[in-house]
Amino acid sequence: MSAKAETKRKRGPGRPPKTPTTMVSGVNDMPPTEDLVSMYKDMLLIRRFEEKAGQLYGMGQIGGFCHLYIGQEAVVVGLQSASALGDTVVTSYRDHGHMLACGMDSDGVMAELTGRAGGYSRGKGGSMHMFSREKNFFGGHGIVGAQVPIGVGLAFSHKYKNEPNVCMTYLGDGAVNQGQVYESFNMAALWHLPVVFVIENNQYGMGTKVTRAAAGRALADRGMAYGIPGKQVDGMNVLAVRTAALEALAHCREGNGPFILEMKTYRYRGHSMSDPAKYRTREEVDAMRKQHDPIDQIRDILKDQNVDDARLKEIDSDIKAIVTKATEFAQTSPEPDPSELFTDILLPLTDSKLIAKG
Amino acid sequence: MAIEIKMPALSPTMEEGTLAKWLVAEGDDVRSGDVIAEIETDKATMEVEAIEDGKVGKILVPAGTENVKVNAAIAVLLEDGEISSDINAVSPEAPATTPANSPATVPATAPTTIFAEPVAAADDSWTGASTTLTVRESLRDAMAEEMRRDENVFIMGEEVAEYQGAYKVTQGLLDEFGAKRVIDTPITEQGFAGLGVGAAFGELRPIVEFMTFNFAMQAIDQIINSAAKTLYMSGGQMGCPIVFRGPNGAASRVAAQHSQCFASWYAHCPGLKVVAPYSAADAKGLLKAAIRDPNPVIFLEHEVLYGQSFEVPDDDDWIVPIGKANILRSGTDVTIVAFSIMVGRALEAANRLAEQGISAEVIDLRSIRPLDTDTIVASVKKTSRLVTCEEGFPFAGIGAEIAMQVMEQAFDWLDAPIARVTGKDVPMPYAANLEALALPQVDDIVATAMATCDGFKG
Repeated sequence: MSAKAETKRKRGPGRPPKTPTTMVSGVNDMPPTEDLVSMYKDMLLIRRFEEKAGQLYGMGQIGGFCHLYIGQEAVVVGLQSASALGDTVVTSYRDHGHMLACGMDSDGVMAELTGRAGGYSRGKGGSMHMFSREKNFFGGHGIVGAQVPIGVGLAFSHKYKNEPNVCMTYLGDGAVNQGQVYESFNMAALWHLPVVFVIENNQYGMGTKVTRAAAGRALADRGMAYGIPGKQVDGMNVLAVRTAALEALAHCREGNGPFILEMKTYRYRGHSMSDPAKYRTREEVDAMRKQHDPIDQIRDILKDQNVDDARLKEIDSDIKAIVTKATEFAQTSPEPDPSELFTDILLPLTDSKLIAKG
Repeated sequence: MAIEIKMPALSPTMEEGTLAKWLVAEGDDVRSGDVIAEIETDKATMEVEAIEDGKVGKILVPAGTENVKVNAAIAVLLEDGEISSDINAVSPEAPATTPANSPATVPATAPTTIFAEPVAAADDSWTGASTTLTVRESLRDAMAEEMRRDENVFIMGEEVAEYQGAYKVTQGLLDEFGAKRVIDTPITEQGFAGLGVGAAFGELRPIVEFMTFNFAMQAIDQIINSAAKTLYMSGGQMGCPIVFRGPNGAASRVAAQHSQCFASWYAHCPGLKVVAPYSAADAKGLLKAAIRDPNPVIFLEHEVLYGQSFEVPDDDDWIVPIGKANILRSGTDVTIVAFSIMVGRALEAANRLAEQGISAEVIDLRSIRPLDTDTIVASVKKTSRLVTCEEGFPFAGIGAEIAMQVMEQAFDWLDAPIARVTGKDVPMPYAANLEALALPQVDDIVATAMATCDGFKG
């Protein structure tokens, strides 16, 4: 994959010394088979959910911007498989996969995509803006890079309250060139905050290949000036992701401050539904699908672990049923009541001392 | 010739200070760069260095003298060969610094309306004991009390901890609450504003200090897109209890990038509350209300008001609800609405108008959003005339909004068009005379109110 191409790039005079970046592509220990099955289910759910979302978008039932996660499923599922109860997650607008991996209900996510009252934000957020306090998912943010200081703030609150938790803050290869990302790296390192910065390097920031946008060395090294350790990870391999995530989360939980994981991944679809993706070849996409598909990879591992075809078929059918149910819910849930237009702008005051009286 | 050493200005807004200590005595030789005295302002103690070599001929202002005006002569330095009788050659009066060609009507420094004496407690609902405090002290007390009350309240910003606040608003908080809760940030406005939003999502109660609101421009995406909108976008799940506070508006002689009122910028956006107090009592009560509010609050202070003193109720649960204006002076002929520093100018204008036989009612808005239109409309129904005052630009300003609200709710009661007194529609100039022209002065309010009354009487 292009990860290799990138590390092989010719070094000109004056280039920094050889990068110390290490690539996590292997697995330390094989998780129990049922954990593997669980990861497979989670990834397959994201895949099928996103395929359906793409279809509904084409039918005009989902509006606005809709950024699909197809191809990147191993990243969030691998991270979540390594997380602990109470860990928090925040990401940008390519967020459906993160929500499902955090355990948010497919019905509520799909109904938000269709702008219905049954959606997580009661139809007022849409694809890019969904949240679940219950599942510790803090969005769903629409401005590239803006979720990063927010993630550092969530990590700050973990530390402030002496919680043993970590905030997993996701950003893309496009976001890594935003200034506030470095403001965030600096504060996180300065104050030893428990945050894993997960850079989902899917090779393209909208239509711009990462090599045309990002100077310097691997994105995993972008924290080097702040003393933040970073690793590149084969983000198409859920077990490699899990291995790296366990290390990064342990580093944070032990009070060592932030950690950067650069996930080398790939999105099969365009940046958003309206992107024809002319900036890359069909062959490139097909090669990724055929040779590196994250779901094919875990399915092969399950087969190696003697999970039989009947079980896999049953899982496929269960996932299909979940997505079908979510779709029906999203199509039949009512639109928000017009009165919802003016709710949730400000929280009401409960303390009478604070309430202005005539 | 003997050299006068003058009381130095140590900040853009300093007008006077205390000569705390002399470190030299008459007859001492000093060299350029020697520390000769210590001066206390309301913000800091600063050392004064000799800028020439010589012998201290005479100390004109003894140690411990308070309220020494900037530019007053404080000592005389004798050069080589001079003796103390040469001192008589020095004029005892500090020469005027105003250039000869400045218009006489324009003050050399702005603003002109500094109240030397405390004014009455701004809220007549309080009948108990009170203490004279500066706005600066009252803001500090508000934060300290709320931090004692709720351990999830913390303050972060540039120089808030070890430096004790760039404007000394956070003085003493580090000592009491420690570095965990009083946090010096790097100069990284967008970063720490966003961190604050994340911490608020994480159920803490951040107070984010911007050294001035001019610097919050770097962070406005986090304030608007993250803090203000997320509750709505989350269908009510994601409250963001955070206070963004700091000095707003024009200080003095700091030019365009450091002198701007952001009231209308923030008031424009649903999802934020915006307050801008004038008095110390309101500053304290509103800041406590802001910290306890479950929503993001923009708390606009004013550097020029920090050192002004007011009566503040002796009550550690003193709350001024957000969204309630205060009628500071009752009148019958014209309503003058103002907020922040313009309230002082409006009150002075009302005094001058009274001399002209015009009875002005002065309303301190205190909160910009929610706007207490009920109080404004009730007043307009009484006076039938309205003048709005703000330091900000006129275009799409707070005055424009108030005018629209009053037109919608009290059009039939108006006897004259609503008039606005605002900052001029120009970036703030540096030159003292131009700056004074750019800022709305008491004269402008008086003239506007009189025109509103005169032109339509009858």
